[in-house]
This record gives sequence, structure tokens and C-alpha cells, in this order.
Amino acid sequence: MIESREELEELANKKRCTLQNSAEEIRICTGSSCTSLGSTLLHKELTKDFKLKKLDAKCTIKSVGCSGLCSEAIMVSHFDKEKKQETLYANIAADDGEKFYLYEENSTLLESKKIDTTTHFFSKQHKIVLENAGKIDPNDIEDYIAHDGYSAFFKALEDFTPSELIQEIKQSGLRGRGGGGYPTGLKWETVSKVESTQKYIICNGDEGDPGAFMDRAIMEADPHRILEGMLIAGYGCGASKGYIYVRAEYPVAVQKLQKAIKQCKKLGILGQNIALSGFSFDIEVRLGGGAFVCGEATALIHSIEGNRGNPRQKPPHLSDDGLFGQPTILNNVETFANIAPIVKNGALWFANIGTKTSTGTKVFALSGNIKNTGLVEVAMGISLEELIYDIGGGVSGTQKLKAIQTGGPSGGCIPASMMDVLVDYDSLKKVGSIMGSGGLIVMDESVSMLEVAHFFMDFCQSESCGKCVPCRVGTVELRDLLDKFIAKTATKEDFELLKSLCEVVKESSLCGLGQSAPNPVLSTLHYFEEEYLQGIQDD
Amino acid sequence: MITPTIKDDRYKQVEKTMKKLSYDRSALIETLHTAQETFGYLENDTLKFVAKRLKLPFSKVYGVATFYNYFRLKPKGKHTCVVCTGTACYVKGSQEILQVIEKRFSIKAGETSEDKMLSLLTARCVGSCSLAPVVIYDDKTQGKLTLEELQKTIEELIQ
Repeated sequence: MIESREELEELANKKRCTLQNSAEEIRICTGSSCTSLGSTLLHKELTKDFKLKKLDAKCTIKSVGCSGLCSEAIMVSHFDKEKKQETLYANIAADDGEKFYLYEENSTLLESKKIDTTTHFFSKQHKIVLENAGKIDPNDIEDYIAHDGYSAFFKALEDFTPSELIQEIKQSGLRGRGGGGYPTGLKWETVSKVESTQKYIICNGDEGDPGAFMDRAIMEADPHRILEGMLIAGYGCGASKGYIYVRAEYPVAVQKLQKAIKQCKKLGILGQNIALSGFSFDIEVRLGGGAFVCGEATALIHSIEGNRGNPRQKPPHLSDDGLFGQPTILNNVETFANIAPIVKNGALWFANIGTKTSTGTKVFALSGNIKNTGLVEVAMGISLEELIYDIGGGVSGTQKLKAIQTGGPSGGCIPASMMDVLVDYDSLKKVGSIMGSGGLIVMDESVSMLEVAHFFMDFCQSESCGKCVPCRVGTVELRDLLDKFIAKTATKEDFELLKSLCEVVKESSLCGLGQSAPNPVLSTLHYFEEEYLQGIQDD
Repeated sequence: MITPTIKDDRYKQVEKTMKKLSYDRSALIETLHTAQETFGYLENDTLKFVAKRLKLPFSKVYGVATFYNYFRLKPKGKHTCVVCTGTACYVKGSQEILQVIEKRFSIKAGETSEDKMLSLLTARCVGSCSLAPVVIYDDKTQGKLTLEELQKTIEELIQ
């Protein structure tokens, strides 16, 4: 049991010593992409081999979370602890015997798999949320503690009163990373001021946007970071219970989080009267059921309560009437992952990263027709051009870039001519898209914008919960209209109807799903109108 | 109301989840997850059992089970094939993959072939976008698929 900051530091130092027992480390990525190519098998085999060859005293085999470059899976890295030098190797197969070469020096085969880490893909990134990803073993709480884990929580407990803590978060300028961009400190302050015997902290891990996998990677690579963020939120707002709502489609993330919670309870970091401070906090994992609408705050809460995930009218807001009718804070996975570094390094440090109104960094999941698919973390205010070309390596294949889609079914398409747009909440909104949770899909000229709009409308139509008419009926009508344009049988009236129906659905739907459902149509209408006009039948 | 025979050991698993969550009505979704994991799918008798134990109307349990895509009310085939239809996979041609399988087995997404060998399912996004297009055979993920590879794997799977 850890009862003070000193004891935490003691444990950290002890673990740091153990980590120094071996001079080297081989880190194998066990994120979803690498796992699906057999990285867990590779980990098992290597561990066995190294033991047999008595190499394990010199070099430890470690399973780590996603290091980002998923297109080159399986990723393996070799870390020299003394020189603090990490060498990355890509495209390692699970069973092709390269595991032996991996460790032998001067192997040409190994050399060919080496990745140049001086490229922009690495140098232009700014890692805060993902700083531990690919470095620590997500299954080992001591590894997290040795990397300053939970020191921010203990600092908060001992150095800050709850209201000072909230001021700190407010000053940092952190905004919700789920896409809305609501100031996190303000959200916490509202709940902290409400009188109630029971308050709740919820972490939204229901990453339903197709094309987004940032939250999954964070949960899998660094689950303790999320627990620490929630603990700090609990202390700041006077809540004693937290829930993490995770998609059932992410079994690895669920398992890692559950293990992390168990380890925390064992060390007394979660439970009653934590570190004799009088503060108690407990966290449970709840599984989602594959409903996109449950990413919406009120629907998510209904789902945790064991109901159908239908949203309800707001107000009342969650700060007054949330989970089980109690004041509730709901933040996204990435938001919580930002909390510990802010508390540890101070609000000013964080506020100096990014732009004035969008501070800090953002994790993006790059996919589609792009060379470097995977996870990247960049400071806010970077241009799309830098993100796509310098970091993403540009368009894959022979075609030219046509558009970039951000924000999933609630977002929009940005045409290739606007690559100088800056990546921050306000700039993206200005050009008709949204930051969203961080899915970024690159589309080349072979992709039809009408079909993309249709794809998202089809998605929204089948994910509509059916509670309110504009969304339930409107999305069907919009999709059918788009069908006509694709079949080139639309009329001029259809064109006008499409535009006005988009406005109706946007203005009159009950929740965010319906209100944002027309966005993909509106943004493609705006930038690629000629494709719609081509779908109109001649008189 | 039908009372299922609790003798079936599998019900004990379901009971365990409910007990852990103090038979609170909010335990419903967690319980359905356990039930589906244990039984493979949710049949009416299972739903009725859960309704009774959690003191909820059957209509409520049925309503929740049918709301979420993840819950299955029909048994699966011997093998399953989940085609990811997320945006990244869409851009990389998941529609064609789906069509190939639909044609080969004369089934639509969500259905099971007549000989009960294969269930074809779609997923909104499995989050392995960097491997797009992605198909999950039983529990094995395969990414960066070409149509030839796909056909080969499926034929092997149903052997």
C-alpha cells in the first residue's frame, strides 16, 4: 500500500533500479495492428528463446503499446539503456526467424528493417499524450510509476486544494478532445460547485467514429494514464466514483483497463481513504454495445444505467442531472490522458504549446490513401500540409490528393486546395469541418465525393436511434436523394430539396448525431458542387 | 413465465455477473454481454431469465438487446467473417470485398449461410484503419487484403 508521495517515489526508484538490471531492452508493440499480425506470439517466442540462450540477463523482452507507425507493423524497437538510444525496426514478421537476427549485431537483414527516425514523421511530432506509448509495459503498474506515474495525482492531493486544482486546469486552456472542444476546467468547476453527496466521473471510450482509433491506442498503451486523470478529476470535483465506458469491440483495451484498475486497488491508489487523505475513489469499466449514438453524453449515461441509448433534451446538463440523476463529468479518453502532465508540469507549460485558443497537442489517426498510416501527435496549430505531407508522407499510390475528411460522420471534407488551413478547433470550424475526435482520412482523386457523402449518410441513418423525427426520417430521405444523384437521375428540384432538407435536419434534430449528420453533405456541396450538378438529369 | 433450468452451468456465469453488480437494474447490459459470451447468442429464454432475475419487464430487456448492434438474437454459423466497413476500409474497397462474399455464399450481411458454415457480419470500424481493408475471420484479423487473398482464406476457412 502506498500511503504518501515518498512511498510512491521509493517504489519508483526501486523499479528504476530493477529496470537497470539488464543493459538492453527489446520492445515489441502489442497494439491492435501489430497483435493482429502476431506480435504477442513473437513476444512469447522471443522471451522463451532469450531464456534458453541465457540472454535474458542482458536484455529484457517487453511488450509495449502502440508506437504509432501502424502501417509498418509489426514494430519492434531495441533500447540501449546506458546510451538511452532507441533503434526502431519495422515490418517484422511473427514467425520468420528474424527474431534471432534482431539481436545479433551487424546483421544486414536487421539493417534493412531499420527505420530512419530523423524523418519528419518523428521530428515534427510533439508527444504528451502518447509519451509513454511504445515505452512502458501497459500491464505493469510499476513501470508506469517508474516513469513518474501517479506522481501528478499525489502532487494534486498534497499540494493543491480542489479549487486550486481546477484553477490549474482552467489556466492550461485544455479543451475537450472528443471533438466539441468545451473547456475542461470550466466543466469541472461547474460540477465542483454543485452540492451533492454523490458525483460521478465518466470517461468516454466509446470511440464510434469510423476511421478513428486514437482512444483505443491510448487505452491499450497507457491505461494508467487515464485512471490517473480520472482520479485527479474526482479529487477536484468531489466525486468518489468513476466509470469508463468502452466499446465492446475493443476487447484488448477493456482487458488492459481492468487489469490496471486491479493493480491500483492492490496498491491502494484506488479505494477508500487513498493515502490517508480522506479522499476515496473507485473506477469500474462498462461495456458499450456498438451504438454510435452512445458517444453522445446523455445517451451514454442512459447506456451505463442499463437502458437503450436514447439521448434526451439538454438542459438539464450533466453537471446538474447526470448519471443516476447526480452531477457528472464526462470527458473523452484523450482529455483525461492530458491531465497528469498538466498537473505535473504546470498549467503554463501546457498553455505555451499549441495556439492561444487551442492549447496543447492533438492525436490524429491518419488513414486512407496516405503513406504513413497510424497514430501521430502534433502541437495544435500545425498546418494540414505539414500533417499530410511532412508527417504522413503524402498520398500513397499514383493519384493526386483530392480531399481530407476530419471529424467522421459529424465532420466534413476539406479540399486539396486548402491545405494551408491550421489544425485547431476554430480554424477547422471556419472551413466547414470539425476537429472531431481525431480521425483523419485522406482521399485521392479516385474517390467520389458523392459516394463519401452517401457513405456517411448511410452510417447516420442506420445509427439514428429513432427518437426524433428529423433525424429518423430526414437521414433516410437525404440518403435516398443522394442515391438519385449517384444514379444521375436527380432533378433541379432534388438539388434544392437536398440543400433545404440538410438545414432542417441540422436545425431541428434532438441531439448531436442528427444535428451534425448533414455536415458531410453540406461540406461536399460547398467544395465539390460540380459533382452534384453532374448528377442532375438533363431536361 | 418460463423459468429456465438453472441446472445448466452456463446460467451460473450470468448469475455471477448480476450478483457482482448487486442485481441492480443498471447491470442489464453487462449481464447481456456475459450471457452472449457464454451462450453465443441471446435467445428468448435467456432474456426471460435475465428479466426475472433483475426484476425487469421482458419488454425492457428485449428492447435493450435489440437496440445495440453487438447483441445477436440468432445463433452464429460455424465460422464468422466480419468485414470492416469503416471509412478507411471503405476508401480501400471494403464494398467489393463484401460483394464477393455475399455472392459466393448467396447471403447478405448479417445472415448465415444455409449450411450454417459461415455468418457474414459487418463492423462499423474495428480501429485497425492502418491495415485497411480489414476482415476478421473467426477471431483472426487480416489486413491489407486483396480480393484473391480474401477468396483463398474463405475457402480455407470453410473446409
